[in-house]
Amino acid sequence: MKYAYYPGCSVEKNAAAYHNSTMAISAPLGLELEEIEDWNCCGATEYFSINRLAAYSLVARNLALSEKQCGKIDLVAPCSACFLNLSKVDAHLQEDHSLAEKVNLSLAEAGLHYNSGSVKSRHLLEVIMDDIGLEAVKAHVTKPLQGLRIAPYYGCMIVRPGYLGKYDNTEYPMSLDRMMNAIGATVVDFPLKAACCGGHMTQLNQDIALDMIRILLQNAVDNQADVIVTLCPMCQLNLDAYQGDVNRHFKTKFHMPILYFTQMLGLAYGMDAKTLGIGKELVDARQALSKIGVEVPPEEPAVKKRPPKEALPMPKMPEEAQP
Amino acid sequence: MAEATTQARTPTLADRIVAATPGDCRLEMCIQCGTCGGSCPSGANMEHTPRALFALINAGMEEQVLSSNTPWYCVSCYYCTVRCPQEIHITDLMYTIKRLSIQEGKYRKSTASDAPGFSQDFIFFVENFGRSFELGIAAAYNLRYHPLGLPKMAPMAFGMVRKNRMGFLPTRIKGIAGLKAILAKAKELEGQI
Repeated sequence: MKYAYYPGCSVEKNAAAYHNSTMAISAPLGLELEEIEDWNCCGATEYFSINRLAAYSLVARNLALSEKQCGKIDLVAPCSACFLNLSKVDAHLQEDHSLAEKVNLSLAEAGLHYNSGSVKSRHLLEVIMDDIGLEAVKAHVTKPLQGLRIAPYYGCMIVRPGYLGKYDNTEYPMSLDRMMNAIGATVVDFPLKAACCGGHMTQLNQDIALDMIRILLQNAVDNQADVIVTLCPMCQLNLDAYQGDVNRHFKTKFHMPILYFTQMLGLAYGMDAKTLGIGKELVDARQALSKIGVEVPPEEPAVKKRPPKEALPMPKMPEEAQP
Repeated sequence: MAEATTQARTPTLADRIVAATPGDCRLEMCIQCGTCGGSCPSGANMEHTPRALFALINAGMEEQVLSSNTPWYCVSCYYCTVRCPQEIHITDLMYTIKRLSIQEGKYRKSTASDAPGFSQDFIFFVENFGRSFELGIAAAYNLRYHPLGLPKMAPMAFGMVRKNRMGFLPTRIKGIAGLKAILAKAKELEGQI
């Protein structure tokens, strides 16, 4: 099935593993993802706080580009925040004609136009579960993740508030549970599966953010999870990169690897860990994945750049000026 | 032509907030039940829970509303929005209150007075490059507001660099001139609202 694809800024660098694993599993699943050319940032949770019309126009540029390049096919975003912003703007443009008119006046400055409601934005998980289907997901499994205990973590923005219609339950979603179950993993109960990872709070008030992360990690530990599986770059970043800070702050000893659901699918399809970007996580997943016999390539030693022996001459005072 | 016999009343704070929120936000439907505050992950650290803030809005207490830390501590998790029995678009309203607070400079009195700075540093890169740039945002914001906290961030930053997850240069989109023109026009039109 063919879709327009909006990667989002995170996957350019910090969540490259998410993008790479998505690309890797798209072939066996029959997902054809056409990246929108020259897409821009969705504004995350920040632009809407500054200027309403600019924020809506920023997002609408992506919708207009998608409509222009791929027509009315669905637009897929792997990031929950991107998915939320794209669907929020589309929903509000359909609801508020004066807003849509002004957004189009702005877009016209760059020769663009967006017909509200013509491109439906969807999250990658939703597309795989609803369009590709669980049977197809199961069909390609060659190495079931037998014995791996997974805590499925949805976070907020894929299930709430559902601007273009609700996807799954807003309080206790199950789609990712079913997917992980289908590829052979043991899915643990994870009561906080749809709770917040802290979002931008890690920057604004770290005490609050670290506590939100601690509660989530503790909940996964309490249910004996080996790994938390996520579907959003922000959630992955907060739980993974700030886990060390949580341990220092609360004197805890969490060691909970955070991986993307696309990486788990890839492993179940027998793909190698490196292709899937495994090893990019800050909290090492090696030990957890050894349970299912996955060998993670050893970390490449950092290459130290030594200055060449014939280095450039040091600047010297002119002869005559020296005492 | 007959003269108008009725006079439009001066817009109240609630009117202004509703008008600046896209879609039907249903602010006037609040029954003060408190489900929002009870659902909020950062509610305990807010000066006013959303329920209390809405009561202040309806009472027209502009100063308290616009200088409250509440909207800035909102993490956009949308729990309140989906749990509200009156289906009020609470998270969207928080964005509106943030915008008004910046416009009127009231955020400076808030205990979260550096929060708008983070949003502004974020959008600087979006407006000038078309993409977000994590290192630039974090560096600009923390140097300005939390320079003493920088050493504490070092282990995390070092880890991100070691795993090659931190970009050192922002990506500039090809159509940046077009994007700048779109945003300039949008800001100009927003002034007319």
